[in-house]
Amino acid sequence: MPRMALSHMETAFLFALFTSVVLGITTKRTDAERLRYGVQCFAYFILALFGIGWLMYFGHG
Amino acid sequence: MTEAQATPQPVTAWLPAVAAAWIIPGAGHFLLRRPGRGVLVFVSVTTMFLIGLMMRGPMFQPQGGDLLTMLIYYGGFASHIASGALYFITVALGYNQPDVAGHVYDYGSKFLVGAGLLNVLAMVDVHEIATGKKS
Repeated sequence: MPRMALSHMETAFLFALFTSVVLGITTKRTDAERLRYGVQCFAYFILALFGIGWLMYFGHG
Repeated sequence: MTEAQATPQPVTAWLPAVAAAWIIPGAGHFLLRRPGRGVLVFVSVTTMFLIGLMMRGPMFQPQGGDLLTMLIYYGGFASHIASGALYFITVALGYNQPDVAGHVYDYGSKFLVGAGLLNVLAMVDVHEIATGKKS
């Protein structure tokens, strides 16, 4: 099994992507709703990633 | 309330599909003739699990101690079990990564746990489809 060493950004992006896909599939009833919810989840993940990242940056001074 | 919601479905109506979804992520959706969703679940859960392995994430084993330790280790172990064949094959092939300090190992651990939890969501979805609560 090859080794993989991703950065925090890459890891969080992949985690957000796969989690959003499954959340979109499993929580809504129509394909349009699933797509919209999946994209929405992914956008929130990325927003939180950058938002909390900057918050920690300023929090540490 | 629909007829399907009012009438409890027999176990035989949903158990094979839910069991298939547990053993092979996405297989439950395939059995219920939702191949598109099955492929997406399979690719998402399997890729997350493989990334976790390639980042050398440690596998949780049940462990006693204080409440938080028990919650983490028993919860982590349960989520590994929820990954189905991915977990059993990995263990059978001798994967035994010790829990060492390091952010890459830590991310790997989160991916392994996350894959199992996503498969739980997929199993719940399969159950709802099989019992007619969802299309």
